[in-house]
Order: sequence, then structure tokens, then C-alpha cells
Amino acid sequence: MSTEEIQQKIIEEFAYFDNWADKYEYIIEMGKKLPSLSDEFKTEDNKIKGCQSNVWLHAIMQNGLVEFKADSDSVIVKGLISMLIRVLSLHTPDEIISSDLMFIDKIGMTQHLAQTRSNGLLSMLKQMKFYAMAYKAKAQIT
Amino acid sequence: MITETAPYTTIDIDQIRLDFPILNQKVNGKQLVYFDNAATTQKPSQVIDAISEYYEGYNANIHRGIHHLAEKATSAYEATRATVKTFLNAKSIEEIIFTRGVTESINLVANSYGRHNIRSGDEIIISTMEHHSNIVPWQMLCEEKGAILKVIPINEQGEILFDEYLKLLSSRTKIVSIVYVSNALGTINPVKDIIEAAHNVGAVVLIDGAQSTSHLDIDVQDLDCDFYTFSAHKLYGPTGVGVLYGKKNILNDMPPYQGGGEMIKEVSFTKTTYNELPYKFEAGTPNIADTIALKAAIDYISKLGKSTLAVYENELLAYCTSQLLEINGLRLIGEADQKVSIASFVIDGVHHQDLAILLDGDGVAVRTGHHCTQPLMARMGILGTTRASFSKKKKKSEIDLFINSLNKAIKMLK
Repeated sequence: MSTEEIQQKIIEEFAYFDNWADKYEYIIEMGKKLPSLSDEFKTEDNKIKGCQSNVWLHAIMQNGLVEFKADSDSVIVKGLISMLIRVLSLHTPDEIISSDLMFIDKIGMTQHLAQTRSNGLLSMLKQMKFYAMAYKAKAQIT
Repeated sequence: MITETAPYTTIDIDQIRLDFPILNQKVNGKQLVYFDNAATTQKPSQVIDAISEYYEGYNANIHRGIHHLAEKATSAYEATRATVKTFLNAKSIEEIIFTRGVTESINLVANSYGRHNIRSGDEIIISTMEHHSNIVPWQMLCEEKGAILKVIPINEQGEILFDEYLKLLSSRTKIVSIVYVSNALGTINPVKDIIEAAHNVGAVVLIDGAQSTSHLDIDVQDLDCDFYTFSAHKLYGPTGVGVLYGKKNILNDMPPYQGGGEMIKEVSFTKTTYNELPYKFEAGTPNIADTIALKAAIDYISKLGKSTLAVYENELLAYCTSQLLEINGLRLIGEADQKVSIASFVIDGVHHQDLAILLDGDGVAVRTGHHCTQPLMARMGILGTTRASFSKKKKKSEIDLFINSLNKAIKMLK
């Protein structure tokens, strides 16, 4: 599935919820289901510090696809992360770089990327694209 | 000029709430419950009106113009200074300096008094529970001068270890800078004893009154502190205005902090002479409107009576604390014998940020995180807390809403 199609699917899933609490219940559930990052990847290098909570992001390139793994100490942030991974992980660098993550706005979660949320999520999103750019550049050199 | 409020004989919370227009709104479809008063308090109409009356009626630059508006603005601005003087029981209006807030006041003292008086090897004492704004200016000063920063330890309840403080004091101690009431824990520190002990070794003392000024009666002469500072916005006043009180003889000996207009007596390219106190420390056009409105805030709080309000706030705190303690896995952070209406806590297995997001969905505003006291959080072995801070305008029923919402959130997160 393309990143676009996955986003559409997420938007459809959220369309079922007509209230705020159910939406968050779903995000929390996704957060709890996302496997924790093993300690070897929870390094200072992989850490994206937020004022309130932290995010750890690890990326690897395999068979031309970038795979992301991530974790957070906040379960809601973890739920949001799991959606970002679902959309962006296991795609080519080009797909990741060009993706427009409109689903965040469509499901009403834009405020979590705002400066005041200070949860490292916005930095994580940027970092995911940086990884894709770096892998693309590396592939072009070798 | 200032809207009159009928005097309250007893605490009539419903009446008081009417003075705060912002409280009458819904957040996410729910009635707003504002429990973030330690970050900033909401403003009564009297304060809001004072600001618009100034801009609508007599906006002018102060201390210079000869025209009617300038004179009116100057006298309103100086009326605030006189009100603050009485409010803090300072000896003279020259001891009242307007700043942007506590942070700027501390920086002023560190840069002016500190750089003028601190030498290599001197010591400055703060406590573990200081806000970053009462840590970083002293660290910068120590780094520049080769001085040493000493930190008073605290116990598990969040109280200063007084005996340890006494051990830190010596003839090398030059400045003691202490928070009166902890923003993260609510602890009321024994500042009078702290000041006396510091004076015995010849050190000057600055009291950070950011949290104490709205809750406790402040008498700087009785405390005998050398500096006292507070921010208007934590006292039902506007943001961007604060006060630095300093003893006149100490302020007189201090060099100016910033150069510019207002703080000068005469300027030529070879020599500038400085203005008298308090203007020596007030360079540039000040925040006139908000300073004028600070008087409205102080008049408002004085009319209600801080000590009467404290009784009510303490009842709220006791009720909230008892309700919080019913929650499984909840641990209070800050259990000092003497504390103001701040309830800080952590819950096993629940991240404070997640709690804040879910509470916000219910229209409940609390503060979470490290509260700009990272060293204190490290001492307590936690990353942050959830903090509910009350003011006089709160109701018991709002605490019930908060507790219900909290229980709901915990159930979702665990």
C-alpha cells in the first residue's frame, strides 16, 4: 500500500469515533500495542528530547526500504508514533521524503505537533524524513 | 478610574467568580476548570478595565511630558509604586523597582549587586527547590567570578534541612537566594530564620516571592530581607510586570543594570550621571499600562483579604489532598508541614503528559512536567509531576470534577 492509501485507511478508522474520549482510547490502545524498543536502541543518539516526554527513533535500510522503530515514555505519544510508523515504515526513501502527512490533521491530532506540546513528536517526524534523505544520499554515492 | 467592587464580608465564591470573565467558558464542550494558578492566575475585570481605561483615556509616556495625559499617566504609574510599598510594607517608594517579573529582578540583582560585590572564592547559597530562574543567573555569576554555588539539601517531604543550611554558612557566604514558596511542591520555607542566619555571617538575602505573594502576607521589614521580588501575573495582575524590593542603602550602592533613557540624570559623550532611586534601575519606557493595572490587582486582593482567602484555599487543599490519596498508586510530591494550595503528584505507570492531555479533554487545566525545577525533580527521583494549584476563586465542586476526570483518565491509561 502507498503511504497515501495507508493514511486514507487511518482516516476511515477514525471516522467511526464521534467523541473525543473514544478517539483517545483508540490511540492509547495503539500505544500499548506498539512493541517497546529494546534497550540497545534506546541510546542518547536515538533520543529526541521533549520538554514533557521523550521519543526514541531507530531506522535501518533493508532492500531499498527504510524501516522505523520508535518508542516513547508517554503512551499517547506512543500511539501517535505507531501511526507514523504504520504510514512511513517500509517505504522507499523517495516515498517517505515526498509524503504529505495530511492524516494527522484529518483525524484532529494536529495540536500534538504544535510547539507547546513539547513531546518531541514534531522533531521525530522531521527526523524520519532526514533518515530517508540520508539513506537516499548514501545509496546514490555507493 | 478603577471599577469598584462591593466588599466581601465572607468568602462568596460565586460572587468572586463573576469578577473573572475568562472562567465563564467551555473547553472541549465542558465547563473550564482552571487549576494552573501557580503558572499564572486569571485576571478580574478590575484589572482588565484598568488596562483598557489607560489606553482609552490617558495613554502617554511618563515622567517627561508636561501635558495633561502625561501627568495623569505618571501619577497613575507612581500610584502603583506607592501601593506596592504599602503592600510589602517597604520603608520608602525608592525601594520599589518595577521589572518585567521575578526572572528579570533576579538577573538585575545578580548582574548589578552580584558583579559589583562577588569575588573569586565567594559563595552563593540557594536551595534544591529553586526555579531555574533562581539558579541560572547565579551559575552565570559564579562562572564569571570564580565563585561557588552551594545548594541546601531537602528531605523527602520537600522541606529544607535547616541544620545543613547552617553548616553551609560561613564568612565566604555573600548571597543567599531562596524561594519563599516552592512552585513545584507548595512548601513554605522558614525564610525569616534563613535571613537571620545569613545576616549573622554578613550575607545579603534575596527572597523569590513568585508564589508566596498571592498567598501570604508579606512584610519586608519584618522579614528583614535585603531583596524581595514578585511577578504581577501570579497575583491576578497582568503579565510582563514585576517588582524588585531592595533595601535603600544596598540599592544606592549598586551600579545601574541597563543603560538608556529614564535612568540618567545628565548625558554627555564624556560622562553620564545616573538618576536617583528607583529610576536608576528603570531604563527605557516601562510597561506603563500593566504597571498601572498592578495597582488594581493589589487593591482587589487587599479588599478580599489575603488571610481570609488563605483559610479558604487551605480548606480546598485539604479536601483535594484527601481525595487524591484515595487514588491507587498515587504519590504526593511535596508533603511539607507548611504549604500553600499546590498539590503535586505522580501516579505509578502513568505518564504526566498523558494525564494532562486527557484532563484537558475534560476542560481541566493542570500543569505537568518538571515545572522549571529539574534539579528538584532529580532529587525526588522523578521526571515530572502533575500539579493542581488553586486560588481563591475555586470551588469544591470543581475539585470533584477534577478527581472524576483524573480517575477516568487513569482508567484509560492503565
